[in-house]
This record gives sequence, C-alpha cells and structure tokens, in this order.
Amino acid sequence: MRPTDVGTPLHYHKVVDCQYACPAHTNVPEYLRLIAQGEYSESYLLNRESNVFPGILGRTCDRPCEPACRRGRVDGTPVAICRLKRVAADLRDDITDRLPTAPAVKNGKRIAMIGCGPSSLTVANDLLPLGYDVTIYEKHSQAGGLMRFNIPAFRLPAQVLDDETGYVINMGATVKYNTSVDSLKSLLNEGYDAVYVGSGAPKGKELDIPGRWDGNAKDAVHIGIEWLGSVHFGHIEKIEPRVLIIGVGNTAMDCCRTSKRLGATDVKVIARRSRKYFKASPWELEDAEEEQVEIVENHAPKRFVYENGTLVGMEFEVLEWTESGGKQKSTVKSTVIIPCDSVILAIGQDNAFPWIERDIGITFGEWDMPEVDKITHQSTNPKVFFGGDAAWGPQNIIWAVEHGHQAAVSIHQFCQELSPAERLPFGMNLVSVKNGMQSWAYSNDFNPSPRAKMTHEELVKRFSGVGVEVELGFSAEQTATEVQRCLNCDIETHFESKLCIECDACVDVCPTSCLTIAPATETLDELRAKLSAPAVNLTQDIYTSNPLPQTKRLMVKDEDICLHCGLCAERCPTAAWDMRKFELVVPYAFAHSAQATA
Amino acid sequence: MTSIAKPPVRHPGLPKNALGLTKRDYEGAMSTLCAGCGHDSVTAALVQAFWESDCPPHRAAKMSGIGCSSKTTAYFMKHSHGFNSVHGRMPSVTSGANAANRDLMYIGISGDGDSLSIGLGQMSHAIRRNVRMLYMLENNGVYGLTKGQFSAASDIGSTSKKGEANVQPPIDPCLLALTLGATFVARSFSGDKDQLVPIIKAGLAHNGFALIDVISPCVSFNDHEGSTKSYKYTRAHEVELTSSDFVPLRREITTPNADTEMTAVTMHDGSTVRFRKTHEGYDPTNREQAWLHVRECQKRGEVATGILYIEEGGKDMHALAKTVETPLVDLPYSVLCPGSKALDALMEEYR
Repeated sequence: MRPTDVGTPLHYHKVVDCQYACPAHTNVPEYLRLIAQGEYSESYLLNRESNVFPGILGRTCDRPCEPACRRGRVDGTPVAICRLKRVAADLRDDITDRLPTAPAVKNGKRIAMIGCGPSSLTVANDLLPLGYDVTIYEKHSQAGGLMRFNIPAFRLPAQVLDDETGYVINMGATVKYNTSVDSLKSLLNEGYDAVYVGSGAPKGKELDIPGRWDGNAKDAVHIGIEWLGSVHFGHIEKIEPRVLIIGVGNTAMDCCRTSKRLGATDVKVIARRSRKYFKASPWELEDAEEEQVEIVENHAPKRFVYENGTLVGMEFEVLEWTESGGKQKSTVKSTVIIPCDSVILAIGQDNAFPWIERDIGITFGEWDMPEVDKITHQSTNPKVFFGGDAAWGPQNIIWAVEHGHQAAVSIHQFCQELSPAERLPFGMNLVSVKNGMQSWAYSNDFNPSPRAKMTHEELVKRFSGVGVEVELGFSAEQTATEVQRCLNCDIETHFESKLCIECDACVDVCPTSCLTIAPATETLDELRAKLSAPAVNLTQDIYTSNPLPQTKRLMVKDEDICLHCGLCAERCPTAAWDMRKFELVVPYAFAHSAQATA
Repeated sequence: MTSIAKPPVRHPGLPKNALGLTKRDYEGAMSTLCAGCGHDSVTAALVQAFWESDCPPHRAAKMSGIGCSSKTTAYFMKHSHGFNSVHGRMPSVTSGANAANRDLMYIGISGDGDSLSIGLGQMSHAIRRNVRMLYMLENNGVYGLTKGQFSAASDIGSTSKKGEANVQPPIDPCLLALTLGATFVARSFSGDKDQLVPIIKAGLAHNGFALIDVISPCVSFNDHEGSTKSYKYTRAHEVELTSSDFVPLRREITTPNADTEMTAVTMHDGSTVRFRKTHEGYDPTNREQAWLHVRECQKRGEVATGILYIEEGGKDMHALAKTVETPLVDLPYSVLCPGSKALDALMEEYR
C-alpha cells in the first residue's frame, strides 16, 4: 500500500468537497471567510475569478456544491453556500476599477463568438485581457442569453444581469445585437482567427400527441422557454386561469411561477414519474409549492381535448411504476382528463444548428450534434470551438462558465500555434495557518447553529408583478451565523510522518474518530474496516502516512467527517500534525501565456 | 491547553454499549495537560474500558491527590462523583469513601510522586487493607509539574533533560505491591491501548485492590534520549510477560487459541481473565515466581508488562472487617447509630 500523495493537489482538492463538486472549482471556504470578515468586495472578486457571475449565480446556480458540502454529513444540512455568494455580491462596493482590463495594444488576433450567454462571456472575460479582439453576435437586443430570457425577473433582477454582463463587455468586446448568424461559413470567411459557438440549446422540445395542432392550440399551447422569452420581452402579459405545465424540470418551475404572476389561479405541474425522479432542484420545487402550484405525479400526456375548437383539457394516462431487473417499467392504471385553458410544454431543450454548413470541416455525429473534444472544446474544424449548452446539450450556468474557461485556454493555445491539448495541470499552495500556541489564522471552533432560512417576499406582493424579487437575501445576523457553519475544509490536516512519536494524542482527542494508528494492510479496503470508527463512506478518501518512526505502523485518516477543528494539531507535541491552508491554482488562459513566453 | 472545547459532533457510526451510551459519553473536560502527555492516552484507555464495561457513570467515584496525574480525573466521566484530596492522601480518602459506600466503583488516579514519595505509606496500607478500587499509577519517572526533577521511580543512570544522571535506586511499585500482598498487580504502557484496555477492565472486575502501574511518558521533561520512561525507550524495552483478554460474564469466548496452554482466572462476578499467552511458562497466579520474574526483567533493564499477578480468592476490606452487606450510607440511622442503650450493652460485653 502506498502512502497518500499530498505533494500534488488531488487529495487535498477532494477534501474541499464544495470546491471539488463545483464545475468551475470556486474557492468556497476562502470566500466565506472573507464574508465573515466583512470583506465583501474581496469575496466577490475571488468568486469572480472562477465563476465570473457571482451575483447571477448567487441567485440561480444549480448548487452542485451544496449536496457535496461536508456540513451535510455532519448535521444533515449543508452550508447555504449559494445564498452567501449573493450576500457578497449584494454588499460589494463599486469594484469596477479592480476588474481586469484589456491592454491598449492588441495582440492582433480576432475572435468571433456566437451568442452572448454565460459561456461566450466567460471566453471574452478570459481573452480580452490578453489583447484579443472579441466580437460577439447576439440575436436578441440584450446580453445574457438564457440567463436573461429564460430565468424570470422575480428570481434574477435585470440590474444584476446588466452589471455582470457589463463588466465583461465593457472590457472592450464588440457586441452585435439583433444579429443572428445564419451561416457559419460566411462568418469564417470574415477572417476570424477562431470562432466560439456559445449559442445554447434554444429549441424547446415538442410534444407531438393527438390534438397538438388542433383548435386554438396556436394560442393556448406554448413551448416553455419560448413563452418565458415572450414574457420577458412583454409580448405576453397574461395567461388564462387554468394552466397545465408538462414536465418537471427547473424550466417548468419558472413557467408555473410565472403563470401565477400573469393571472393564472389554478396551476398544475404534471410529471410522468414520482417525486424522487424530478429534475427540478428541491428548493425550486419548494418555492413553487409555496406559491400554491400543485404538482401531479405519475401522469403521462395522451391527448389534448377541445370543445368547439377551444382547448378545455388534457387527457393523461395514470401510471404505476415498478422496478424489475434494475429498470423502471410503467403500466397504465387508468386515464383521466384534467381541465385547463392553457398548456405550457417544458419537457426539455434541443440543440439546433441549421446555420452550420455541413461542408466546412465540422463533423456531425449522433443526434446531429457536432463532434467536440471533451477537454479542448475544439471541433473537427480546428478554428471552431463549442461550449455551454451548444456543446453537448443542456446543462447549467456554472457548467457553461467552466466550458468558457476551458475553451478560452484552447483558443489561446491555438492562436499561439500551440496544441490546445497541451494544458497546464492544477497547481496548489499549502501554507501553515499556525499563528502560535493554539492560535490559528482561522476560526476553528464548531458552530452548532442550524442552516439559515431564506426570507421570501410575502405572497400578495410577489404576485403584483413579474419583476418582484422573491428571495430577500440573508440578514446581517443570518449571514454572520451561516458563514461560521462552514467547516473550513480547505484548512487541511497536514501530517509529517518523521516527526511522530506515536503518543496517540491526536487519535484520543479527535471528536469524530477520524484518526487511527494502524499496522499496514494489503489493501485500503482492509484498512477501512480496522479504523477507530468504520470508514463506510467510500466516496471519501482515506489518508495513509509513511511508516511511523518507532513502530512502522501508519497514521490513517478517514476524511469523511473531519471537522477541521485543528485539535489533532493542537494536541500534537511535535507538530507532526499541522493545519495548512490549501489553495487550488487553476490554470486559466493567462497562465498559458506565461508558458508560451517561458 | 487547547483553544476550543471538543466539538459535540460525533461520528454517526459510533457504536453504543448496553446502556445506550457512546464512548464520547464517558469523556470529561478538555485536558489541560501538555500536548502529547501519556496521561491523556491513559484517560482515553479508561474511557474505552468504561464504555466497553457498560459502567454507569453515576455509580463511579473518581479519586485523586496532587500532580499532573491527579488532574486526569477531570478528563473522563464528567457525570461521576469525585474527590480531589491532599497530596498523597487519596488512598485513605478512598478507604473512607469505600467504607461508607461499598457499592460505588472507585477509580483512584495517582502518579509516581503522589504514590511513591509523599503517599508511599498511604498506598502501602491501602494495599494491605485490600480496598476494592482500581488504582492507576501514571508513572513517568519524573516530577513534571515542578519541571523535571527525578522521582522515586527514576532508574539509576537515567538522565534528566539537562543530562544529569540519577544515582538513587528506584521504587518499583509492582515489586512493592507483590511484597505487600496485593491481589492484582499489572503494568502497562500508555502507548499500547490494545494491552492497557483489557487490563483496566480486569482491574475494574477485581474484588480488591487492583494496581496498574502505567508507564506514561512525560513529553515535556522525560521523553529525551537518556530517559528510561520515554515513548521510544519503553517501546524498545517492553517485555510482555502475559497478554490477556478480559471476558465479561454472559459473553461467549469468540477467539479460542487452541495451540497454546491458557490460564484462565474467574473473577468474583463470574467474568474471566484469559491469558492468551504467557512468557516462558510464566504463572500469573504464583506470587513468588511473579516477583522473581519482574525483578529479573528489572535487572536486565527490561520493562515487564501485562497482568503480573492475580489472586481472586482474597478478602477485601469489607470482608476483613466483617461489615454488613448493605452499604453504610443505605442503612437507616437507627441501625447505623443504635443509641446509648446499644452502646451500653456492647460495653457490657467487654466487662
């Protein structure tokens, strides 16, 4: 069995569960500490390095960090990371003079981007400071892409979008609004050095069942994302009283809640399966139900029902799901007609590339999707890069941002005539946080408070308009407590085998029985069973040291529920244990320039 | 000292004992001893043993005197009774407490200074009386609390931190106890919980005075190269005369070892101390042989560990004094103090 390698970032990176789960590797514990210190602008800027849109994501992120949060394994509820991000954004000072700037002298390379959504803007954010000339083509009149047109204003105010898209555009990007790209071939002919396709997955899925095109369907049956866009532009200002939403993803949640604000009184969301298979985030489901939206499970659409050419309802098959051989099977128990005046289809989104010619070197594969390299985002035409929902279908904003970062690295490498596949690995800094005897540069005491609850605008007020923001943000007191719930997982327990005298002090003091001094075993699995408390969470790694000086046994640590309280280091007489702050160094595009000049 | 109290969070998989308690329920206050002190490991071993033995904390009394060792009673079983006595006087106070309430479990914690210097007479007489108690002698061979003078347990030739060698012969508490008629004598090492925990459990079940001399290194003043009570020296010179398991009553023996001959000693409550292996025909029930073996180890500079001697048939203080079965505290006052007429009748008997 080999000792754990802590000289490279992977082990310590995985210990910081939130950062490891975040597609963009946002340094969550550090920005929470900055909030705790009242350094909101610093916290905002640290966020911005990795996720570019802290104010937007602080309201709308899918929060992959929160299910991963160690605090969830300790007391059942994770730290409210996402809403604390919003606190940093809401309370920041004017930081415009601290943003990256584009140099006066350009590097002579011209990049075109298609779509002004989160992924394109991230590419622009990374490339503009390096002297690139960036032109963004946007078919609508405003920047933001789906963040603007598909996320209702009651979840994301326009001002927040204007500020954060503006930070990037004002670095010097040329945005051609109201300009849709109809031919990639002719765009390439304009002599761009590279083209980035960040046009999203703008086509809502159809539901082609009997009655879809009958009667007044044109006015009464809507495609979710298109309908949300129409509401945003003011083309649609009201909806009939009884509305059915088909589908139960986050778009469905936005549709049902928007309907409630446009005059609907009886809104039902219809799902094919039971609740545990819903695609919508749990908190979005809760918010919808708080607004008296009814969620109907196990109903499959069968046909639209009309009376005298007017939609009056929809017929559904009531399903019962059984599991056999690991597969879910449904049987129809009965059918039912649910009356309604309008239907909104929110069953998914597709990509559509009618504007990409098939003779310009871009290979299209399965599902008529372009072949795109998973790491470099490069298509088979080396000048054309894809990212965001346009690359591999719908994901979420934080993934789009990460795609943008990665594509920016590739484009930069490509324009320097280097291989986009040659990329710098993650780096790390590891610095002791010891101030002195039992004094640390972080708050190591455990705060037992429960998770703070977001305050919502009262129902009557929030239905007064689509633009009334529902979540009011955390109060100062809530913020102060919530940041202290963070366990500071990036303050790593770092062990030096050669200093250990095997006094057991660390093992004895550890409140969560993470540590064991054990004889070496053949495999890690054997070791897992022999620890102070059995290490049953296989998703969490085990740390094993080099053989200890006196008995050649190993220091073993189960990373699962370590509180990072630092007591092992406080009780260690020889400083074999130390608390060290881990900082993941993510190589963005600018880091790759250094490599080029080196 | 530590900067914070131990967080109340525990591992969700932490097992519970017959009383529904986890190991952490047997903890006490945060230790204020030096980081790495052997005494903290002894505390952890005690916590483990109490938990494994299903001890009800409210039926235990923690007794101590003065010294680093005597602080440890604060660091375990925070819901138990306790008495922190004058230096070296813990054995008498425990004798008194035991006389008044024989139903409690007495845990005396002492050190080499508290027991072998100022309290030597106290300890000796508690052994003679065979007071039913667990007597933990946390032995680090140094006066740590007063910054590193030699103690009565320091070996000849072992050096102080500054390099001065000790010239006076040591008192070996195990040899002393054997000569005084102790009925349970053991030695262990704070750095070896696999050995120490079963010995503590056996000591708790013993019907009489159970002495456990624990080599418990002083990390601040006696863990250097010239020390004979350091972690390193003890690990290198430890000779395990016996290794034993404690098998509580009503639990099946699950690790039979048919290859070796075993001595098993049945305790008065029906539990068993089973000797897994003993050193070259060592018989832990033979007092003279035990004394000789320990003495020979001492001469060779070895540290003899394990349960060195056990005699379960002996009479404890109450049996020797022929007191009533009911603890005195539970006797009605009229019975405990029957009045002048009863006294007169007694006096009459002696005329």
